[in-house]
Amino acid sequence: MPWTYRPRRCPVLGDGSLERLKREGRIVVVGASLAGLRAAETLRAEGFAGSLTMIGDEPHEPYDRPPLSKQVLLGRAGADRTALPRLRSVDATWRLGVPATGLEMAARLVRLADGDEVPYDRLLIATGVRARPWPRAAEAELDGVLVLRGRDDGAALARRLAAGPKRVLVIGAGFTGSEIASACRERGLPVTVAERGAAPLVGALGGVVGAVAARMQREHGVDLRCGVMVTALEGDASGRVRAAHLSDGSTVETDVVIVSLGATRNTEWLAGSGLGAGPRGIACDAGCRAFDIRGIVTDDIYAAGDVARCPHPLFGYQFLSLEHWGNAVSQARIAAHNMISESTERIPHMEVPAFWSSQFGVNIKSVGVPSLGTEITISQGALDSHRFIGVYGYQGRVIGAVAFDHARWLPFYQELIETTAPFPPAFPTVDRRSDGQRPVDADFPDPSVPTHGPTVTVGGYAPADRRMTFTPAH
Amino acid sequence: MTQSLLHQILDYANRANPYPIYEQLRKTPVHHEDGGPYVISTYYEIRSLLHDPRISSDARNLGSTARDPLAEPAGEESALPPGFLRLDPPEHDRLRRMTNRPFGPPHSPHRVDGMRGELHDIVSGLIDGIGDPGRIDLVEQFSYPFPVTVICRLLGVPREDEARFHTWADTLAASLDPDPDADPTERGKGSHDARMQLGMYLAGLIEERRKNPGDDMLSQLATAKGEDGPMTTMELLSTAALLLIAGHETTVNLITNGMLTLLRHPDVLQRLREDSRLAVPLVEELLRFEPPVQLVPQRTTLADIELRGVTIPKGASLWLVLASGNRDPQRFEDPDRFDPDRRDIQHLGLGSGIHSCFGAPLARLETQFALSELARRLENPRLLEDPPPYRQNAVLRGPRHLHISCDGIRS
Repeated sequence: MPWTYRPRRCPVLGDGSLERLKREGRIVVVGASLAGLRAAETLRAEGFAGSLTMIGDEPHEPYDRPPLSKQVLLGRAGADRTALPRLRSVDATWRLGVPATGLEMAARLVRLADGDEVPYDRLLIATGVRARPWPRAAEAELDGVLVLRGRDDGAALARRLAAGPKRVLVIGAGFTGSEIASACRERGLPVTVAERGAAPLVGALGGVVGAVAARMQREHGVDLRCGVMVTALEGDASGRVRAAHLSDGSTVETDVVIVSLGATRNTEWLAGSGLGAGPRGIACDAGCRAFDIRGIVTDDIYAAGDVARCPHPLFGYQFLSLEHWGNAVSQARIAAHNMISESTERIPHMEVPAFWSSQFGVNIKSVGVPSLGTEITISQGALDSHRFIGVYGYQGRVIGAVAFDHARWLPFYQELIETTAPFPPAFPTVDRRSDGQRPVDADFPDPSVPTHGPTVTVGGYAPADRRMTFTPAH
Repeated sequence: MTQSLLHQILDYANRANPYPIYEQLRKTPVHHEDGGPYVISTYYEIRSLLHDPRISSDARNLGSTARDPLAEPAGEESALPPGFLRLDPPEHDRLRRMTNRPFGPPHSPHRVDGMRGELHDIVSGLIDGIGDPGRIDLVEQFSYPFPVTVICRLLGVPREDEARFHTWADTLAASLDPDPDADPTERGKGSHDARMQLGMYLAGLIEERRKNPGDDMLSQLATAKGEDGPMTTMELLSTAALLLIAGHETTVNLITNGMLTLLRHPDVLQRLREDSRLAVPLVEELLRFEPPVQLVPQRTTLADIELRGVTIPKGASLWLVLASGNRDPQRFEDPDRFDPDRRDIQHLGLGSGIHSCFGAPLARLETQFALSELARRLENPRLLEDPPPYRQNAVLRGPRHLHISCDGIRS
């Protein structure tokens, strides 16, 4: 038969392997939380008919975390009532309560704690983060010392608060710590917050807005101590926590301590696998495909949610890892779509980061990446009213915005960020007060202080010999 | 000579079906005719302006040269200060926040939901009282009295005064419905008198509630002692008048447009009869397909704003044509099809941004109840006239009467 020209009417079909994958392939999702669930739903919605395995280290079905530091602590909802709504049936094999312990990239299989091995054609890693524990193990084990990340943590803490402790100590005044302090005050409990920085929320929003957060806490009766560290936790004879010692020499008598020192990414199980995973997350391309440690993108391993670290074109292609609810949902959808799409049909993750918090009766919402900003101007409202919009500037452009009880305006500021609008904004707005006209230093902590050690070393001489050695930080 | 698009929107001849004009309008997303307002008709542009802090709702910011063909006659507002609908932050935020305290979450999450029983009783009573099923004017006999009764209960207007309240509401609603044949001076005087009388009546009621507060909204507003301090009496009066007028004229049209749409789509009506849960997505699609507020004509630019390559100058008057944005094919698939099964339905029917409809939770519930009960109880309903006669108003669009007949009323 002579060769005839056949136009490629549908390049999506390729060599047919993708169709086969969609029909009878095996997809494994490690991490059965928000990102994992939404990815699974997207796979089914986009026609994936093969086998789907969901692996989760917790025994629970996917649940929602934001209520854990809010409604659950207030006693308005049980921690067991936070199951995520299912948007559609996912028809998956659920392996819950079994952590993944290893990954064999060449053999394409995931090892589980119970000895099972689960083979895959495509793998999605959505293992998220866990609360960073109190660094001294003996003190961390005292009765009454808690963290808040998972559903069981939420239930345990809610029980403690309901029992009426004489004082609660929160270590760390980031968003979770501040929300816990807010819930304690709403329940009428005495609470002390110890923060190493100059103000609450200072790492995420800077000192100008942090000062507002500090005032809010104090106005609501929080004993807020900034610029101090907790140096030791002290237990009584029965192993219950009874006091905390602070770096300024003071002591706080307390029977409940909540450690809110941020999160650690769940990547240890990937050590030695050859995947580009470490303490800062799993490096991926804009389409959520994971890199291996050589900086080469894989085509069968994807990452989404808190554990993923993607370059973002709006922010200088910096690799951003975000612990945001909306980020988990959108990355999960993109990863799922890309897993079963031809390269030309893949979509990049370009969503503008956004998060919200609710504390001391104020709704806080932010878009963009405020922490990249160097300057801030108040474009609407006023700082002293606790109702305002702060716009963050970086090298003459708008890079982020935060709203205190002003969230309905944020889509406008998001558009400014997306279109790299000039900073400071020169236009008048409704409710622009005189104190907001001039940009000031946003007052973020010194970024030159390193927080992570080197993780990769390079050896060998000739290009063909050069090797990278991956060294996890301790 | 062809009529300008602006005049075609206002032309009563196009009231029954303004959508072809909107379609033309969308070809120029920022439409401007000499001396007139800037008319915005596409979904994404409307939504962006609704969230734009360079846009003011306060009439005092309107440039002196901007002419607004829908401007209320001078003196109309003079009896009462503007309600928070026509104010900018921070005044708007304060009044809306205070009004929201007794109405919705977080402080009163059960207010609207707690009215379910009462809504059901009012709907049942009105349908029971319909009389001759062979000739029903749905507007007069149902969609009009329903929301007025509800707002009276919500505010705490005593039952014996509801009739007087209806009369004032009627007069004020009529004043929003400019009939070119009526004498404007006469009409202006009538509505001014009604507003005065309503104001005096409300002032008396507020005085009484300050002494003997009940659990109605007016009592709670009159005795509020939140972080924002108390409302002044004038603020209370204008807020109550706003709730009364904005709270019922729109719902009348939503319910009537809803029944009209259902009668034009008998398959959907049948599904609703069999399963009242369809009412929830159906009302959302209705808010997209036939929104009672067709356009927002009361916005002003505080700065020059560039949109789609056009610079809208500072002080210009804006019309945001919500009903057109709702049928923008750039945003909605097959937008001219009424489809209660539509999943992606972020319509503009209730606005967006800080002025998004305050009464939305109540309006939704009222309309869900009204339509599902009408569907369940009217036997074989049909339109006697299609299209029905419409009100004059191009902004708050809806039938003046909706004559229908049915074979009987089920119990």
